[in-house]
Amino acid sequence: MLSIRNIVKQYANHRALDNVSIEVEKGSIFGLLGPNGAGKTSLIRIINQITAPDHGEIFLNGEKLNPSHVSTIGYLPEERGLYKKMEIGEQMLYLAQLKGLSKSDATARIKFWFQKMEIQSWWNKKVEDLSKGMQQKVQFIATVVHDPKLIILDEPFSGFDPVNAQLITNEILELNSKGATIIFSTHRMESVEQLCDSIALIHKSKKILDGKVKDIRNLYRNNSYRIAFTGKLNTPTNQMFSINNEKIEDGITHLTILIDPKFSVNDLLNFLIPQVQITELSEIIPSMNDIFIQNVKN
Amino acid sequence: MTFLVPMLIIGMYALIFALSMNGGDNIPTVEVIDESGIFERAFDDKKAVNFEISELSLTEAKKKVINNEDAFVLYIPKNISTGGSIEMFAQKKAGLSVISSIERQLNDQMRIKLLKDAGIDSETLDKIKPNLSVVSKELTIEGEKDSSSGAAMAVGFAAAILIYMSLFIYGIQVMRGIIEEKTSRIVEVVISSVKPFQLMMGKIIGIGLVGLTQFMLWIVLSASLMTVATTILFKDKVEQVKSEMPMGKQAEAVATNGPGMDIVKAVQTVQWTYILPVFIIFFFGGYMLYSALFAAVGSAVESDTETQQFMLPITLPLLFTYIMSFSFIVNNPDSSLSFWLSIIPFTSPIAMMVRLPFGVPNWELALSIFLLIGGFIFTTWVASRIYRVGILMYGKKVSFKELGKWFMYKE
Repeated sequence: MLSIRNIVKQYANHRALDNVSIEVEKGSIFGLLGPNGAGKTSLIRIINQITAPDHGEIFLNGEKLNPSHVSTIGYLPEERGLYKKMEIGEQMLYLAQLKGLSKSDATARIKFWFQKMEIQSWWNKKVEDLSKGMQQKVQFIATVVHDPKLIILDEPFSGFDPVNAQLITNEILELNSKGATIIFSTHRMESVEQLCDSIALIHKSKKILDGKVKDIRNLYRNNSYRIAFTGKLNTPTNQMFSINNEKIEDGITHLTILIDPKFSVNDLLNFLIPQVQITELSEIIPSMNDIFIQNVKN
Repeated sequence: MTFLVPMLIIGMYALIFALSMNGGDNIPTVEVIDESGIFERAFDDKKAVNFEISELSLTEAKKKVINNEDAFVLYIPKNISTGGSIEMFAQKKAGLSVISSIERQLNDQMRIKLLKDAGIDSETLDKIKPNLSVVSKELTIEGEKDSSSGAAMAVGFAAAILIYMSLFIYGIQVMRGIIEEKTSRIVEVVISSVKPFQLMMGKIIGIGLVGLTQFMLWIVLSASLMTVATTILFKDKVEQVKSEMPMGKQAEAVATNGPGMDIVKAVQTVQWTYILPVFIIFFFGGYMLYSALFAAVGSAVESDTETQQFMLPITLPLLFTYIMSFSFIVNNPDSSLSFWLSIIPFTSPIAMMVRLPFGVPNWELALSIFLLIGGFIFTTWVASRIYRVGILMYGKKVSFKELGKWFMYKE
């Protein structure tokens, strides 16, 4: 769907993007991750043709990115904003027509979305009369009203209360199931695990990690296990594992351990079974949050 | 705004008219004690001051002044011919117009007396008191016609002031609009759909057309209100003249009948069909040129308060031309400085309007318009380069150096 190849963006005295290449598959939900100032917004602006890269190319469906693609992209910027004194309906019409919809078409689609979001009565309200959360809803509609094939959401959940965040999440999933490809950038790692198929992690202008979320999490497994048992356990003499964390609760011992790569889980079980009564054994797969922090710290 | 302004213009016109018809304040009465006897038949001008020859002595008159705050006493001593000074007594200071009226009349009388003493009689005196005025006629191939350089000047001034003000009013409107788009962050959504240049030009042209529409309405409304007002105000006079004068003399009589008719007549001598299109061209050209700069400023800042430092270089050429127009160009419309001011795009919208009523060769007009168009293409180009970077730049204290850097950025 979207192929970003060797993008370089140079500002006067710092390089915002350094040779970044990313592939986004059609129909996927793609997470663009990275700490503040990493270059995410620069990249998003380049995809939206707001700014141009100094080097590199972007292809959308195999075609080099050009102004005709505007109508196939929907963009929700991180910093939200609308014309404050303008009526919402009128404003939606303006924004939809900018994306190339005819007036009648735009009216019909806006009405459809207003109904869906249960905000039909807002048509003649001014933006300044709405709460921040309400404005966000309106802006989300403005992003998707022209039925874009590629939706780019920059921090879509910031400023939403949990109820509206869930609402938006559901909308994103629904749009995705109808075939839209979605790129979103976020700091909220739990939403990445919940939503994203693939991610790219950008740090200090460089892409330092990308791939499918499952693959990445598997890659970062480090033989960490959580075990719980009752009884007394002797420390292994062959250094089969080291204990990272120990906690005893209601007579049950909870351990977080790191198994030495020379040994398997079965070895561990063989060691445990004669000594204690096991109530839990599970592998600790690192969360995206851990992976994110680990990568950014290094 | 649209409907209020013509009303204000007519109101101002009516006010000037009313004020010029009657002198304003009530006229003070001055008691004159003339010990010299020279000024017996003086003081006949009743416009500014009312004179009464007093029989009181100076001491009695002074007492009167102390007791009455409205009393004025003018004391002329016997030895006035040999250097005595004339004194004016009153509780409050006499107005400047009162004093100057008295001085003028005293001097006139004194001159008459001195001339008589020198042997020139009053008959000769009347003869050598000429009363000439210049009637200005424009002579072209089509023939000669009355023109009023006063009215032409007034129209030129009015046009220049209108352009000066509207460049600011609409320019600042452009700037505010851009600041609003930038601070509300809507700009990022919009320019993901259109190019920054399109957005900027859309805003400039849109507000410019609003301005033109407003001007058109003002002109139409003012003209029609003026016609109505003129008809009502001067109906009586015209009819009065008609009944008193034989045919043929009427027009002339109407024309010379009172200051009000002068204005009306003068307004009619102005070549509206020539001035109006030129005004619109220079307004729109000047507006395009300056509003592009205002747009660049708007894109660089995040609030009105930050605009100050960037406004100065925009304001200066306008203010300079404005002052030059009223102090220099109007007195020397054909000097080379006036020529250059009306040719250089940054000053021409105002300067040309002031020069126009005095007659500007067509080639100069064409050159000026041509350069103005070139000028706004240039400023628009510069502004768009700053604008495209500025509107996405937040939280940065911007300097002129910074603007220069933005200008140099590659696409």
